[in-house]
Amino acid sequence: MPPAEPGDRDLLDLAVRVADQARPGEQVEAFVARSTSTTVRAYAGEVESLTQASSSGVGVRVVVDHREGFAYAGTLEEQVVQEALEEARDNARFGEPDEFNGLAEPDGVEPLPLDLWPKGLPDVPTAEKVSLALDLERATTRRDPRVKGVRVAMYSDGLGEAAVATSTGIRVWDRSGTSYLMVQALATQDGETQIAGGLSVGRELTDLSVDEAADDAVLRSTRLLGSTKPPTQRVTLVLEPRMTATILGLVGGMLNGDAVLKGRSPFGDRVGEAIAAPLLTFVDDPTDARSLGADTYDGEGLARRRNALVSDGVLQGFLQNTYTGRRSGTASTGSAARGVSSTPAVSAAALAVAPGTGTHEELVAGVGTGLLVTSMAGLHSGVNPVSGDFSVGVEGLMVRDGALAEPIREATIASTLQRLLLDISAVGADLEWLPDGTGGVTLVIPDVALSGQ
Amino acid sequence: MLDHDLIRETLAAALRTGGDMAEIFVEDKASSNAVLDDGKVEHLTSGRDRGAGIRVIVGDTTGFAHTADLSRAGLAEAAEAAAAAARTGGGGVREVALTRVEAPRPNEIAVLPESVGKGEKVDLLRRADASARAAGAAISQVTARYGDSRRRILVANSDGLLTEDDQVRTLLSVMAVASGDTGMQTGYQSLGRTVGFELFDRYDVEDLGREAAERALLKLAARPAPSGTMPVVIGPGGGGVLFHEACGHGLEADLVAKGASVFAGRIGERVADPRITLVDDGTMAEEWGAIAVDDEGSVAQRNVLIEDGILTDYMWDLLRSRKEGRARSGNGRRQSYKHLPMVRMTNTYVLAGPDDPDDIIASTPKGVYVAHLGGGQVNTATGDFVFGMTEAYLIEDGRITEPIREGNLIGNGPAVLGSIDAVGGDFAMGSPGMCGKDGQGVPVGDGVPTLRVPALTVGGTA
Repeated sequence: MPPAEPGDRDLLDLAVRVADQARPGEQVEAFVARSTSTTVRAYAGEVESLTQASSSGVGVRVVVDHREGFAYAGTLEEQVVQEALEEARDNARFGEPDEFNGLAEPDGVEPLPLDLWPKGLPDVPTAEKVSLALDLERATTRRDPRVKGVRVAMYSDGLGEAAVATSTGIRVWDRSGTSYLMVQALATQDGETQIAGGLSVGRELTDLSVDEAADDAVLRSTRLLGSTKPPTQRVTLVLEPRMTATILGLVGGMLNGDAVLKGRSPFGDRVGEAIAAPLLTFVDDPTDARSLGADTYDGEGLARRRNALVSDGVLQGFLQNTYTGRRSGTASTGSAARGVSSTPAVSAAALAVAPGTGTHEELVAGVGTGLLVTSMAGLHSGVNPVSGDFSVGVEGLMVRDGALAEPIREATIASTLQRLLLDISAVGADLEWLPDGTGGVTLVIPDVALSGQ
Repeated sequence: MLDHDLIRETLAAALRTGGDMAEIFVEDKASSNAVLDDGKVEHLTSGRDRGAGIRVIVGDTTGFAHTADLSRAGLAEAAEAAAAAARTGGGGVREVALTRVEAPRPNEIAVLPESVGKGEKVDLLRRADASARAAGAAISQVTARYGDSRRRILVANSDGLLTEDDQVRTLLSVMAVASGDTGMQTGYQSLGRTVGFELFDRYDVEDLGREAAERALLKLAARPAPSGTMPVVIGPGGGGVLFHEACGHGLEADLVAKGASVFAGRIGERVADPRITLVDDGTMAEEWGAIAVDDEGSVAQRNVLIEDGILTDYMWDLLRSRKEGRARSGNGRRQSYKHLPMVRMTNTYVLAGPDDPDDIIASTPKGVYVAHLGGGQVNTATGDFVFGMTEAYLIEDGRITEPIREGNLIGNGPAVLGSIDAVGGDFAMGSPGMCGKDGQGVPVGDGVPTLRVPALTVGGTA
């Protein structure tokens, strides 16, 4: 158990008070969370909105006779929390018995000391955050005559703490925080408008760079001006690091122990086999503090750990929570993800590709004719994590003779996720961390269907 | 939901340091969910979320804060935080006289879900699961989800408005997996209405399970989708999301005002084929986006957005309509008391047209017929939009032939609207949807008759 700081005991105390009410033959878990956030949206030189938010809640899970029930409440009021416990108990009567149901138990894995708390952030005056958002809009609209406005320029931060206590002996508490700047630039030329976003992410306010976010948005919006619909053809794809991270996130979902157990993963029986090109290695490592998804404990209170998923193209294993670990005859990989309002799911927290060789520019130069993909749309409607079918809308720049050429839009790329992984022909060294905690590099994938004219 | 004196006190506190308007939005939402997966009822979940969001508007600036603490002290603290953005130096205590606005309910609720035993809800899942599994030996997995919610809201503001709504929603969905030589395929079907448990007296959960399973089985034998630009016929009810994405978002006044919509400045112009009349209608009884009042207290309305191909109006929230000095349209919505409202759709649909649906297919020599669309996404600045086809077929020689695998379609909103060359007389509403915008999800409905787009790009591989 980590040393909880004075004044921060209350969350863990509350969780323990709930867990301690377990009756004989009953297991009780309380997940208690509290967060605060500030969001400033700037528009046309004014503060469009300033939101000061604080949220808290508790999720209570009860397992009795291998039946599970759950209830949550968006408040920490003692009486409502008590009602949630009673509701969870009642709900457990309706779940069907499953011998693998049961709460996590301490597994001896020690948490790594991670420094995820931005010490300076709680003391930053709101006025400073407001200035950042206003500066971001100003910076974005002063870089290029074609960018005269934004849809929004935003500063946002969040500080959160969570405690888990169970009647099986789990007692943990931790806290973390992040902040980011985001701007959506509108670039206009000859009656055409393009919109694209720029980001800067970090933990402390001092990690953020107005210039980085503004440059990013201006480059991304202006380079799409004049884009046209390309002819239908097969092309070599060059995926920007953030596109790679998005696709990797989809693959991570297919390596989820729950999908595997329930026959919904196309990789379910492939451990030890090559599922990707040998150039590709990726891990889910929430103990890597560079990732904004880094975490000391998972949603069931087990220490987070590094999980190798694909090494040199070979599938190493799957992510598990306590239930899927038990049922699959392995153990939890510390991959239980949750919020207050749900039971622990299985999810990657900090997926990242091991960097390969070559800069982004070098990889582009190595492609004769291809498409640099700079944005994808329709991921939720065009990618099926069970079949692996993959079809998404894309925008980007054609690559000709190793150089970036004309911009394209209103096109799709299609394949299967299985095929894309196997066909990777180059992995860049340009690791970039994204706001969702994933880390991507530039990837090159030849011979993919591009649908256009 | 909240004592009127306390409402008045909170609004006055929010305006103490200045501001043009203050608003309090109180929400009390109770929900219950159950999941059956892998042949077992996994767990039931009960949830309770209750709190208030307070905003203060001064000029072009909004201050917002929310709290789960509805006590006098909790509300006072939130009011003070919301007022922080509105420190103009003026202000002073303001007296607020509240006038209650009664809005007609889109429909009555016969059986409140909270009055129904949990065992009865779980039983629906078992029936849907059994029916899906009985549809074919290749069905290898079934997930069935039940959910109900009762969301009570109160909105009051310093203009004197006071109104309440009581929104009940009930939903059942089934996802089936079929396994064969070509791998696995999925089929999904859902049923959702703004009614209570009487939903299941009217609709058979067995049908729902079977339809999801049949969709998965069909795709096992499906060919890869074609790649390239071709005519696309959208089936009745299955394709409302096309209009939601192709122009719905682009007609939201907040995006229009910021120059982030291709439809900005085009009121009164022809934007679509004369056969197209597009309506957004929060009053449509029982449909998933139905509300009595929006989340700013405006009474829900039926708004004609495109009439006979001419753009007639955008959708409005409080902020945009105040600024332009016009009436609101009942489209100010928010995910919860923790969110600021913005312009959102409710139930968006295209009215039936003059053409015979069979003729539309028969007069299409080669193309794709989409019976059921999945979700979509739009870039409102360019108008480019994608949407997924979850059940689709080839059209060959004017006949629907083989099923094709899943994929996205891509098109450009203004170009697609202007080019639609057939609209059938067979209007139907589609499945319940969840629309996302700036990180907030709200329930929406959509509907279309059969219609044809002469050139859409199909994102397949073949």
